[in-house]
Amino acid sequence: MAETLTNGHAQSYVGTRTIRPDGVDKVTGRARFGADFSLPGQLIGRVLRSPHPHARIISIDTSKAEALPGVKAVITRADFADQPSEFIPAGEMMMNYKDVVRNVMAREKALYEGHAVAAVAATSTAIARRALKLIDVKYEVLPHVIDVVEAMEPGAPLLHDDLFTAGVEPKPEKPSNVAKRVEISLGDIEAGFKKADVVVEREFKTAPVHQGYIEPHAALASVSEDGSTELWCCTQGHFIVRAHCARLLGLDISKIRVTASEIGGGFGGKTVVYLEPLAIALSRKAKRPVKMVMSREEVFKASGPTSGATVKVKMGATKDGKFVAGFAELKYQAGAFQGSPVQPGVMCAYAPYDIENVKVIGYDVVSNRPKVAAYRAPGAPISEFAVESVVDEIAKKLRLDPIELRMMNAAREGTKAAYGPKFGPIGLEETLNSIKKTEHWNTPLRKWQGRGVASGFWFNIGGETCASLTINEDGTVSLMAGTPDIGGLRASLSMVAADELGIPYDKVRPIIGDTGSLGFTFLTGGSRSAFSGSMAIVEAAKQIKTELCARAAKLWELKPDQVEFSGGSVRALGSAAEKFKPMSIADFAKIAGKTGGPIGGYGRINAQGAGPSLGTHLVDLEVDPETGRVTILRYTVAQDAGRAIHPSYVEGQFQGGAVQGIGWALNEEYIYGEDGKLQNAGFLDYRMPVASDVPMIDAILVEVANPKHPYGVRGVGETPIVPPLGAIANAMEAATGIRFTELPMSPPKVLKALKEKGANGASGSDR
Amino acid sequence: MAKHHIEAIVNGDAVEFLCETEETLLDVLRDTLNLTGSKEGCASGDCGACSVTLDGRLVCSCLVLGCEVGGRRIETIEGMAKGETLHPLQQRFLEHAALQCGICTPGFLVASKALLERTPEPSEHEIRFWLAGNLCRCTGYDKIVSAVKDAAATMRKG
Repeated sequence: MAETLTNGHAQSYVGTRTIRPDGVDKVTGRARFGADFSLPGQLIGRVLRSPHPHARIISIDTSKAEALPGVKAVITRADFADQPSEFIPAGEMMMNYKDVVRNVMAREKALYEGHAVAAVAATSTAIARRALKLIDVKYEVLPHVIDVVEAMEPGAPLLHDDLFTAGVEPKPEKPSNVAKRVEISLGDIEAGFKKADVVVEREFKTAPVHQGYIEPHAALASVSEDGSTELWCCTQGHFIVRAHCARLLGLDISKIRVTASEIGGGFGGKTVVYLEPLAIALSRKAKRPVKMVMSREEVFKASGPTSGATVKVKMGATKDGKFVAGFAELKYQAGAFQGSPVQPGVMCAYAPYDIENVKVIGYDVVSNRPKVAAYRAPGAPISEFAVESVVDEIAKKLRLDPIELRMMNAAREGTKAAYGPKFGPIGLEETLNSIKKTEHWNTPLRKWQGRGVASGFWFNIGGETCASLTINEDGTVSLMAGTPDIGGLRASLSMVAADELGIPYDKVRPIIGDTGSLGFTFLTGGSRSAFSGSMAIVEAAKQIKTELCARAAKLWELKPDQVEFSGGSVRALGSAAEKFKPMSIADFAKIAGKTGGPIGGYGRINAQGAGPSLGTHLVDLEVDPETGRVTILRYTVAQDAGRAIHPSYVEGQFQGGAVQGIGWALNEEYIYGEDGKLQNAGFLDYRMPVASDVPMIDAILVEVANPKHPYGVRGVGETPIVPPLGAIANAMEAATGIRFTELPMSPPKVLKALKEKGANGASGSDR
Repeated sequence: MAKHHIEAIVNGDAVEFLCETEETLLDVLRDTLNLTGSKEGCASGDCGACSVTLDGRLVCSCLVLGCEVGGRRIETIEGMAKGETLHPLQQRFLEHAALQCGICTPGFLVASKALLERTPEPSEHEIRFWLAGNLCRCTGYDKIVSAVKDAAATMRKG
């Protein structure tokens, strides 16, 4: 597997398929996830949630619940101090503690069905459940609004009477549900459309979808009499959890120690807090550990999802296929509090293409739904779905091959993106080329079958990151990272550490440190953890190598420039090389005490230069004209990984993202009744893809090195969910002749469209 | 009402426990017997993360009551490796990177083992339909299917 290099020491693990160091724990049931922690004397915490989508909370009487034997603490809004309105960046999204404190526990109003209103801690689940029934909440039920377009209408029920649309001049005099208007523009959009020979304009609608992680949120808090707080939880960022809890509970950051459990999926949905501050508040009151775990219904009703949206796209192209104008208007649901991912949606809409004239407008709109959380490339799948659908229509109108059309307009190194920067080296053209070369692209289809292609873009981020490497007494290495391992991070970082230090991979043992072990490390999100974590490891390894060289120079009485670290050893250079036998890390470890003490490196960086990752997806599907059911027959993903540290886990990101996108395109949606209540808050009715729904997903790794990373790495995790929506809609058009503009393309909708349009499935045999 | 006193065999060991009527087998495994390898993803039998076998039959332990298992034989993920030797399925899951976050993995392994005990040479189609009761949100199932196929081949060679 790993090669031994000519020097006999160094091995090259990056690019190979190692076994993950945490693997055995995860196939034997030993790995401890959020709900797997327990403490002696722990209480069980449960949340009382609003049955109404919109209601003023007149009063909350907890006295009967508190009197129930076995109940040790009850908390409500009264247990959380109000927070001032202040926007702070939170990774790919913005947040405001005034809203966060209201989302974790309703204050003036309950703003969605499932909004937390009170919580109890009791000696058993049964008692906690009984206690919830004894809490008397008096509501004044208010009219609600669920749909984004309805929420924007002048007479719509108002969620927040202090919400005035930002980003418009003059400032509105009346509050509304439109939190924000954002706009980007490049060139002159009007002039662009004048140059166009063909213009396509369409309106699209997408449904809100949940991240769908299999592990429900879980937290276990223990607060001691002096306020020292320990918290175990499943999160994508335990340092972020610490920051939020400190702020919401008025604690010093140093008093809270958060340990991230293994995390059973997140996809962006575990970048915020729900149970964590409640568990701490209950434990603080009860002076006993409190464990809280959400039910699946609570996960659906009170966490995630991502926005549903209404999107208008208008694009113009010349008759030979050059895009000359791209306009879009995006209206994204934020849920009950502002902060939808409309900003990245706006920025990504046309990012895959080199277009001179672009204008994209976005609206962030609140309605009586759970507050959205980040979901894999937040905002991008929605806007790019709309644009990729229109690109396909332009190809059809101009009788151009959709891959050729994309190739002609592809963003490449030097392209100025409408959202600002000039791209460095990026790999869209390479992904298009590799798709074109596949046998898949060149295989004929039958009646009722269709083939679709679409590309996708995501920025990726870097950010604050710490990681340490410690040389143990026997020369083995302890690696500590500060971002939870959500899908192979320990393996990737260990491979980089092994290569940097020239030691065997199995001599590196990685752990995820708690918040007391490392400096602030931003969360696992933005496809950043392998990218920036490996940069921090390179920095830590550099410190070790520098230190070892200094020690060798001292031992050998040479000048610093007469020694170097290579192939896992420190070597004397030039004439001294014959005199001194190279010293390995293990050699130094043995004599560490006599040469200056323990050896280690600590990378503390603010990682910059995350290269965008672009991808192209190709899908074949078949429509059943009798039921409207769509079967995915074949699927190929090509994406630029920069450099794949661990190819299997990179492929896994491509495959998993594609299948999440398939679910988004075909089945998944939040279904609300007229009463504003969610009707499908369970896995049976919220229909995520299962194994029998999908084929094998072919993954093509394209590697256009990111020059800003020592190994050329780009984040890969998010881009794969961007293209599937458009690719599937385009394949549906190819199979049926019908342009589907509303997601999901679920059987009832497909059947209705087939009947209305009298489709005969003939277009599938075109290609 | 008094708790039920139940005796059963879990991973070959005789166990006895007390449980409330409404407690599920999953609750008993996780909270009473401290076997937390079986996971609760939905508590409604839709995700398969709590898969165990009951007298050799694959079940969702969230849909079985603790008080139903008296005298019965239960196998969980904790009983799958024998000493230091991983089951071929466990080994192949690691080699194929058939897990990302790993929360669904115990359920997939238990379900796959039950499949291979009945169908030593399953087709891709059979694997996909047998495992349709187990949700994985990370992998897109591709590498899981490959791992199961590969493990089946290993096991046939004996």
